[in-house]
Amino acid sequence: MNFLILTLIKAAIVAFVLMTTLAYLQWIERKVIAHIQLRVGPRRVGPHGLLQPLADVIKLLTKEDMLPSHVNKGFYFLAPFIAVFFALIAISVIPFGTEVNLGRIRTAMQLTDLNIGVLFILGLSGMGVYGVALAGWASNNKYALLGGLRSSAQMISYELPMAMAIAAPLLMLNTLSFRELVNAQSGYLFGFIPRWTIFQGPFPQIISFLIFLVAAFAETNRVPFDLPEAENELVAGFHTEYSSMKFASFFMAEYANMVTVSCVATLLFLGGWHPLWPEQYGAKFLPTAIFAAGALLCFYHGFNPARPFDKITLPVAGVVFLGLAAAFMAPVIGPILMPLFWFASKVGIILFLYIWVRATLPRFRYDQLMRFAWTYMFPLAIANLFVTGLLVALSS
Amino acid sequence: MPQLPIPQSPPISWFLILSAILFALGVAGFLFRRNIITVFMSIELMLNAVNLTFVTFSYKIRQIDGHIFSFFVMVVAAAEAAVGLAIILTVFKNRQTLEIDEVSSLKN
Amino acid sequence: MDSILFLIFAAVAVICGLNLVLQKHPITSALSLVGVMASLAVLYLLLGGEFIAMAQLIVYAGAIMVLFIFVIMLLNAGTEQRPRRRLWASYAGVPLLAGVIGLAAYIVQRSLPATESVSFGGFQEGTAKAIGEKLFSVYVLPFEVTSILILIAIVGAIVLARKEVS
Repeated sequence: MNFLILTLIKAAIVAFVLMTTLAYLQWIERKVIAHIQLRVGPRRVGPHGLLQPLADVIKLLTKEDMLPSHVNKGFYFLAPFIAVFFALIAISVIPFGTEVNLGRIRTAMQLTDLNIGVLFILGLSGMGVYGVALAGWASNNKYALLGGLRSSAQMISYELPMAMAIAAPLLMLNTLSFRELVNAQSGYLFGFIPRWTIFQGPFPQIISFLIFLVAAFAETNRVPFDLPEAENELVAGFHTEYSSMKFASFFMAEYANMVTVSCVATLLFLGGWHPLWPEQYGAKFLPTAIFAAGALLCFYHGFNPARPFDKITLPVAGVVFLGLAAAFMAPVIGPILMPLFWFASKVGIILFLYIWVRATLPRFRYDQLMRFAWTYMFPLAIANLFVTGLLVALSS
Repeated sequence: MPQLPIPQSPPISWFLILSAILFALGVAGFLFRRNIITVFMSIELMLNAVNLTFVTFSYKIRQIDGHIFSFFVMVVAAAEAAVGLAIILTVFKNRQTLEIDEVSSLKN
Repeated sequence: MDSILFLIFAAVAVICGLNLVLQKHPITSALSLVGVMASLAVLYLLLGGEFIAMAQLIVYAGAIMVLFIFVIMLLNAGTEQRPRRRLWASYAGVPLLAGVIGLAAYIVQRSLPATESVSFGGFQEGTAKAIGEKLFSVYVLPFEVTSILILIAIVGAIVLARKEVS
């Protein structure tokens, strides 16, 4: 098929899935935080609040789009555009799975495989600082400016430990392209431990993984590092003066950054789409088993539901899960869905960790945050890189 | 695709001419602007033009040494930007102005 | 196709460069410089320098220019006043510039063979691996010296910008 048309179709699919994921990530976050805090979360709009993101989108779109008179109009319009542009474009180098062969179409589940993919993501996270800094400046408001500068300084400070934590597994895997990184993590050690970077010799990259996660929390301005945009601190930080669609852009940029960083962590440290245990021990049946168990649970609770409308919604959910379980065993789409399942579940676990930490930890004060970056994480990242390099050089 | 009166791939001289134009703009900004920070940014523009020349000639001789020179130029520009901006901050703290014409107490 | 790509991004670079020199507020100049750097990064990709293109984005556009923008925001630099120029300078400046650049362009074009052109993919060794091999074997002394240079710059910047403890 023509390369251009195929790429356009892939880009449309990825964009659609990404937008839906961002919307429902917010739903998942609200539900998970609610259940951790022993309440229910949104449940009125649609069954179990499933249409809540749609309601939020309608609300944000129909809100009055104010343009305060004292702002710098050029930068005021440019800042959310920059933030969301660099956040969304990073998804174009992330591989989601293996090669796909559908009849005459033969393509990889990735928009483009740059052989400097890791550097591309680092560059984009550096450019994303501009959106925040310009938003704070353009608002012509001292709280917004302070919030913007603090947030940009935090993002830059944590880029350094993040880059060092990325460099350590690259020393072991010897490539900068994401697809080759995942291919270098295939296979099994001792027959049953997957050769993910966090298990691989000569130096299992567990410290790098932890440093990367903490730095990623700080890069995306999430709790416990979200002082610059906390509501009870600097009003709302750099997006104080923004309303309606521009505020939604910053929101979308934050969630897109979260998804990108989780994908990069999965690809670099958790082995991408490779399963957790070998195929001969039945890793192929795991998604079917999980979805079938979920369907049975839904059907069981559908017979004595806690709420009257659950008599309908729970069995419907059970049928959907059964359909998914059957799809994983289907001949043609089964092998396509398997790597997607593993990739999505690993990314989902990291996103759940993000949400879990948000519901649990208090936030750092700003000077504690910066001191933590420069006096703890940066030396630890350098020491980790040094030890990794030493062990790689000694073992080859 | 309509046939435009330009060659299919750009000749190397075009890159060098672009580099010359950017360098000239950098020199013009350096000589004619009065804000210290804009003068400094014109210096960075000149360094970028030189980087483009290095990478172009590296393409011409099909060797990678030009890229390495360019890399070192970037590193030195980073160090220079850090120290230069610290100096600008100090000058602002002492003179409360950012115009280079007013920081002239050593003159005469 | 490569020509059109070059012309678009060269035009963006020149327009952003003009913007840098002509704008009154430093922050617009700073963003124009970011635009120049980004379009130069694309031109480096055309010339096969993929590592240098990404290094330009990460180091120059992503770190140095953010430092510039911080300083501009912190110092609250306002728009600058334009001095009155002498009459002959403002009328002879631009044509003289155009004349000199035209002469340089003509000389450059005559001295290089016209058949040598840049096509995307003409230089395949701009990879990180090739740069790493050269950097740590032939150019290892400048590499170590620049790392000491950066250390000096960091110490200098901290000493210059710290608050006086009186």
